[in-house]
Amino acid sequence: MSTQDTGLRSDGAKACAWGPFLRANGGLVALAVILIFNILVTPNFVQMQTLFVNISQVATIAIVAMGMTLVIATGGIDLSVGAIMALSGALAPLIFLSEFGQAYPALGIAAAIVVPLIAAIACGLFNGILVANLKVQPIIATLILFISGRGIAQVLTNGNLQTFSNPTFSYLGTGKVLGLPFQGWLALVIAAVLFWVMTRTTFGRYVLAIGGNERAAELSGGPVKRVKIGVYMICGVLSGLAGLIVVAINSASDAARNGNLMELDAIAAAVVGGALLQGGRAPIFGAILGAVIIQLVKYTLLANGVEDEVALIAKALIILAAVYVQQARKE
Amino acid sequence: MLDTDAFDLRKYLSRNPQSVAVWVALVALILFGLLRYDNFGGAYNITSFLNYNSMFIVISVGMCFVIMTGGIDLSVGSVAAFTSVIAAYLSPYGIEIALPGAVLAGIGFGAFNAFCIIAMRIPPFIATLATMLGAKGGALVISGAQTISVDWGSNFTKMGMEKALNILPWSIVVVGVVVVLLWFVLEKTTLGRTVLAIGGGADASVLMGLKVNRATAFVYMLSGGCAGLAGVILASGFGAGQPLEGIGWELSAIASVVVGGTLLTGGLGSVTATVAGALLLGLVFNILNFENGRGTISFSAYWQMVIRGVFLFAVILFQARVMSGRTERKVRT
Repeated sequence: MSTQDTGLRSDGAKACAWGPFLRANGGLVALAVILIFNILVTPNFVQMQTLFVNISQVATIAIVAMGMTLVIATGGIDLSVGAIMALSGALAPLIFLSEFGQAYPALGIAAAIVVPLIAAIACGLFNGILVANLKVQPIIATLILFISGRGIAQVLTNGNLQTFSNPTFSYLGTGKVLGLPFQGWLALVIAAVLFWVMTRTTFGRYVLAIGGNERAAELSGGPVKRVKIGVYMICGVLSGLAGLIVVAINSASDAARNGNLMELDAIAAAVVGGALLQGGRAPIFGAILGAVIIQLVKYTLLANGVEDEVALIAKALIILAAVYVQQARKE
Repeated sequence: MLDTDAFDLRKYLSRNPQSVAVWVALVALILFGLLRYDNFGGAYNITSFLNYNSMFIVISVGMCFVIMTGGIDLSVGSVAAFTSVIAAYLSPYGIEIALPGAVLAGIGFGAFNAFCIIAMRIPPFIATLATMLGAKGGALVISGAQTISVDWGSNFTKMGMEKALNILPWSIVVVGVVVVLLWFVLEKTTLGRTVLAIGGGADASVLMGLKVNRATAFVYMLSGGCAGLAGVILASGFGAGQPLEGIGWELSAIASVVVGGTLLTGGLGSVTATVAGALLLGLVFNILNFENGRGTISFSAYWQMVIRGVFLFAVILFQARVMSGRTERKVRT
C-alpha cells in the first residue's frame, strides 16, 4: 500500500516513520496494546479460563464477519445476518424436539443442523438474486430479511423461548477439542477454507474483481451475477451456522435475541480487519483479528467494571478510528 | 423534480413514476380499512394513528434528505432515544426549553456525523453507524439505563397528549409544519437543488461551484434535528425519556423513504412521497390491529414484521421494474 504521508492531517501524535507501519499493521498493534493492557491491569487475565470464555464468544462474531467480509469485498453489505441467525437458531430446536426428532435422535440432530443451514442458504440466495439480478442496492435488499427474518423466526416459535437439553446438539457450542472450544476450531477451519477459496480459485478472483470494478469484471466476461449470489449464499450459511452455535451455547433458542445487532459487530469486525467498504479487498484472517479485537475490548471493559453502555461508545470509537486509518491508507 | 407550476396530478405522476406505487397502495389500504372496519375512519383512530406515527414521519423526512445526497443516516433511532432522555431532564423548564434543547442535541449528533463524513472522509454508512452506537451508549449513561420520568407539572406533556384547538394533537401540528417547511426547502430553494445535485453527482456538483459541503452538513444536521424532535414527541407522548427505544427506527425510516420512491443512490426524491411511505408502513400495523380486533383471525405481533418485509419487497420489485423501464427509455431517446 501507499506509503506517502501527504494529505494526512491528524497523525500528529505518531512519528512520521511510524505512520506507514501503524497503518499497515494497525489491527495487530491494537491487539498487542489491548493484550498488554490486560496483562498489566485486568485481574486474573492470564488464565486458561479467560482464553476459553473469549474464544467461545468470539467464534460466532468471527464466523459471521468472514461471510460479511466476502460480501463487502464485492462492494455489498448484508444487514440480514442477525435475522438469519435467529431463523436458523429457531428452526433447530423445532426439528429435534419434534416427534420425528424424538423418534430418531440421530436423524433428528442431522436434520436439525442441515435444514436450518439450507434455510440460511435460501435466505442468502434471496438476497443475492435481489442484488445481482434485480439490481437492488444491497442495503435495501438485505433490509427486507433484516425486518422480516426475525419476524418469521418469532412466528415459528410463537415468540417463546425454546429450552432443551440435548448434549449432542450442544456440542456445537460447548464441545472441547484439545481443551479449547469446538466452535473456535470450526472458525479456524472455515477461515482456512475461505482463504484458499479467495487466493486459489477463480471464484475468489472474481469476488475481488467485482469489488474492484464491477463493470470491467462484467465486460471481461466474468460470471458476475453468479459470483455475487454466491457470496450472499456463503454469508447466509455462515450466519445460519453462527445461529446454531449460539443456540447450542445457551441450550435455548430465543428468536428475539439470537443474533441481535450481530450485523453491526460483523461489519465492525470486517472493517477493523481491513475490509474496504468500496470492495476489492477480502482479508479473511483480518476479519478474525477484527472480531478478536472487538471481543477483547468488550471483555476488557467488562472485566474492569466499566458498564456495558460505555463499551458501546468504545466500540464506536474503534470503528471510526479503523476506517479513518484505512481511508488515509487508500489516499 | 421541481414543479413550479400548479399541482397537476397527471404531471406529478408522469414525473415521479417511482412514487406511483406508494400512493396507489396508500389509497387502496385506506379504502380497504374504511370499508372493512367500523371505527377505522373514526376521530380516535385517526388521531392516535397520526400521533404515534408523527415520530416516524419526521425521522423519515430527515432521512429522505440524507438519502437524496446519496448518503445514509443509521444514527436516528439512537439519537431519538438520547434526545428523549434530554427532553425528559429538561421537562421541568417547560416545552419551550425542552423542545429546542433536545432538538439542539440531535443537531449536535448530526454535526458530528457531518464532521466525520466531510472532514474525516469516513463513508456515511460507517460514520453514522458509529454515532448510532455512541448515542445509544450515551443515552444509557446519562439515564443510568433507566427510563426518566418527565415532569407532569409543566406543560411538557401537552406536546404529545393534548390537542391544538381541540382538533389535532400538538405533535402532529409541529411535524406537519416541519414537513411543509422541508417540502418548501427541497422544491423551491437553491439548497434543495444542491441536495439533489449532490446525489446526482457529487464531483460534478463541486465543479459547478455548488456549496456541496455546506449542503451535506445541512442534511445530516437536519436528520439529527428531526431525530431530536422525534425524541421530544416520544418523551412527551409516553411521559418518559426512553434510552432503550429507537432500535430499528433507522431501518423503518429507510424503508419509508424507499417505499416513497426515493432512490438510495440519491439525486431523486420527494418529501410528500416519503410521508406517504411512512404512513403506509404505519397503516400496515394499524390494519393488522383492526383485523385482530375482529377476532376472526389472530395475527401475532410477530406477523407484523413479516408483513412489513413483504410489503417492502413488493414495492422494491415494483420500483425495480419501473426504473429499468425508465432507464431503457432514456437510452433510446
